[in-house]
Amino acid sequence: MTVRLFVDAAGPLMSVQDLGRPGRIDVGLSRGGAMDRTALLGAAALLGGGVRAGIEMAGMGGTFRVDAPLRFALTGAVMRASVDGQALRWNASHMLLPGQVLVIGAVRAGSYGYLVPAGAVLGRDVLGSAAAHLSAGLGGRLQAGDVVQIGAVGAGAGQVLPDRDDLGGGTLRLMPGPQTQMFSAAERARFAQTVFHRSPQANRTALPLMKDGAGFAALGGNPVSDFIAPGDVQITGDGTPVVMMAECQTVGGYPRIGTVIAADLARAAQAPVGAALRFEWVDVGRADALFVPEAQQLTALKAAVRPLVRDPRNMHDLLSYQLISGVTAGRDMEPLP
Amino acid sequence: MTLGVSRWALTGKVCVLLSLPDDTRPAENWTLSALGQDGIVVRFGDGRQAQTAAAIGFGAAVRAAELEGVVEVATALTSVLVRFDPMLVARAAVEANLRDVLVAPRVAGATQGRLWTIPACFGGESGPQLADAAALAGMSEAAARAELAGAEVSVLAIGFAPGQPYLGHLPQAWDLPRQQALTPQVPAGALVVALRQLVLFANPSPTGWRWVGRCAFRPFMAERAAPFAMRAGDRVRWALTDESTIDALGAEPDGLGGALCEVAP
Repeated sequence: MTVRLFVDAAGPLMSVQDLGRPGRIDVGLSRGGAMDRTALLGAAALLGGGVRAGIEMAGMGGTFRVDAPLRFALTGAVMRASVDGQALRWNASHMLLPGQVLVIGAVRAGSYGYLVPAGAVLGRDVLGSAAAHLSAGLGGRLQAGDVVQIGAVGAGAGQVLPDRDDLGGGTLRLMPGPQTQMFSAAERARFAQTVFHRSPQANRTALPLMKDGAGFAALGGNPVSDFIAPGDVQITGDGTPVVMMAECQTVGGYPRIGTVIAADLARAAQAPVGAALRFEWVDVGRADALFVPEAQQLTALKAAVRPLVRDPRNMHDLLSYQLISGVTAGRDMEPLP
Repeated sequence: MTLGVSRWALTGKVCVLLSLPDDTRPAENWTLSALGQDGIVVRFGDGRQAQTAAAIGFGAAVRAAELEGVVEVATALTSVLVRFDPMLVARAAVEANLRDVLVAPRVAGATQGRLWTIPACFGGESGPQLADAAALAGMSEAAARAELAGAEVSVLAIGFAPGQPYLGHLPQAWDLPRQQALTPQVPAGALVVALRQLVLFANPSPTGWRWVGRCAFRPFMAERAAPFAMRAGDRVRWALTDESTIDALGAEPDGLGGALCEVAP
């Protein structure tokens, strides 16, 4: 049975995102996908089964209804959320029933929140992915009045994950890249000693960083256009560092001082406007040792999931929980159909 | 007549076989560096001058070698990106395998060439900066139109937008600087020039290059059987036509703008 998820109100930048379309750099298409991949892994841990698409909400959520029971997870940036006025725990899975209204409001910590249905998002695949790639013109923003078709959702009890500690800026580990040597040792050292702030201009393509004082510059001008990867820190013509994000171009002409390691890209994406960000150099060997495949991250997250314990005094719809889920507080992960 | 025959047959185009000379010399003057935790960039030269032939040849050789753990190979103006799965293979092993390919003679026939002939027009409303560019290139507008329309170029790289080709190199006179200010918007199919290269825009876009021509060719259409039309190493020449023909070709649902593709074995 499919579920229709009605978007009654939408924040300014909501889109369907999954883990993107890898393997197409040769034809000029970057992987794209969720700005905070950890959030989609967390949702899969909460809902059971594998990683599936969710709705990414930048800064502000929306208002949602369904025409059949929908199990869903709320992950990533912490946002105000409620069903029929009753507050919902973030980083947890819940149930939305026909007739109820889910309201997701302003962000409280981080930048990108995720509403991830337990079932697959249907009918939006282009080139093997449902992810909107806005800069490439694939898919688009979700807007009020849109309907998202969801595949069978299965049953399951509410689950919760521990709070995250990477939603407020902090230190990003930076590994050298092909153009690091175009910057002097003094310039590279100064880069790691500088405190930056996330610019309000950040988007799914790039995250510009603000600072006081002089900008940064490469030796001897700009190189020929060369490959860009998410995490690359590009130094633009006026000396501003820009962290390349999910929808970055595949090649670019500005020199890049280094690459933020994958484990710290969610921290970069989630840094709220004005949050302090610093860089710490790690050499290539150290960076490679820090690599954790997403399958392994998912296994670790699944081990961290706990039953969501509700206070019965707040459970106005106690009966519906039992009827719909048919499951008590077990931690069993049912496979996706 | 292998690649793409059925696709082009749909539009009634005929593919013919071409033979290209093969460069079988091993690559020279290269460096390996990391690009993220799962990438290696092999760069030819110092990264300040295009080394497209070396990059495309090496990219083809790496693909043909089917190296263990390698999940993606892409070529750009001076370099080849090799992405690997760190769960399957360590960086050091990929680098050792790449060095073996770098010092080996190229296998003849590793690069497959295709020749596109694309209807295009230059100047007028379809290339409002042609006169401007011609003046910078030191020639009359008529001479500039003839030189651009007659130049055979190669796809040096694809990037910036999906499927979007960087085409070159044009004669030395076209080593034009970027503009100081951006042109706010050029349409999909616009041909813009700078740095001895043309870019064929896949989507409406602002540009720092000068807008000199237009075609109805869409390098990327998600719904097309082959969404990405071109790849690095393809060659392109123009069939000079007029604006009304370009407009009419733009109505064709395949988005190929009347282009003919000839495929080498």
